[in-house]
Amino acid sequence: MVEEPAAAESMPDAGAIDALDRAIIAATQAGLPLVPEPYRQVAEALGVEAEEVMARLRRMLESGVIRRIGAVPNHYALGYRANAMVVWDLPDARIAELGRRIGALEFVSHCYHRPRHPPEWPYNLFTMVHGRSREETEAKVGMIAAMLGEADRGHQLLYSSRILKKTGLRLGG
Amino acid sequence: MKPDALDRAIINGLQGGFPVCERPYAEAAARLGTTEAELIERLERLLEAGLLSRFGPMYHAERMGGGLTLAALHAGPEAYERVAEQVNAHPEVAHNYAREHHLDMWFVLATETPERIAEVIAAIEAETGCQVFNLPKLEEFFVGLRFEV
Repeated sequence: MVEEPAAAESMPDAGAIDALDRAIIAATQAGLPLVPEPYRQVAEALGVEAEEVMARLRRMLESGVIRRIGAVPNHYALGYRANAMVVWDLPDARIAELGRRIGALEFVSHCYHRPRHPPEWPYNLFTMVHGRSREETEAKVGMIAAMLGEADRGHQLLYSSRILKKTGLRLGG
Repeated sequence: MKPDALDRAIINGLQGGFPVCERPYAEAAARLGTTEAELIERLERLLEAGLLSRFGPMYHAERMGGGLTLAALHAGPEAYERVAEQVNAHPEVAHNYAREHHLDMWFVLATETPERIAEVIAAIEAETGCQVFNLPKLEEFFVGLRFEV
């Protein structure tokens, strides 16, 4: 049991996270406990009230520190074996408009504006496109290219051939 | 394992929106037309079978105050294993993938401060002798997984 935290009044601004938020993040990074009262279990491990953990999680959801709470499918295990990073050279002036349209496609899981490094790297939009086979993935890339028309000044598919390292994001504090 | 109708409903329906309340599995189970105990058991099995890689909160790394970037380099076949080892030795390297391209190694750097990104890149360049292309996210248009099974 822990006393009602006097720190309630000094809660940080929305978006800023403090030591307890970080402790909650660290405690749930591997996943939420699969028990009827998972937030209570996290709270007990941290020596705080379950209500405090839930309030923090709701606040982090609201401020966007937590994107969502739920299941993360393993697309490879689900049969999506041809996952390509597809990079595009698009006119800078249209990147936001086109990025949003591409991101709205259901077979695109990530869509980001990233910097070019000409001449070696002329691409400014990154997408991840998923398919069950390379043919399927390439057909989807073709659909995006057709949608872009002349705005597509070049694109490339980069398939991953090997995972060299995969760990969770570490969190300090 | 072959997912049945309830497994698919869980995978498709629980990619977000898991409730924050005393008995969240009971509440989510009611929405899926099943019981708390059944949902917990199904999630255990889906995680064990690897159909789900994780169940819980998805954090937005940049909003936690750290640095995050995607970086790429060209190692070439001869130096490849040595360079991979040197890159992977940095604890800030969260993921590293071999890709079929002239830029044949792509890794994600996650650091405790934004300033640390440049230091780690400089260290990797010095150790490997490879030029590192830093490709931080400038704007995010979409991130998520909408897999229907």
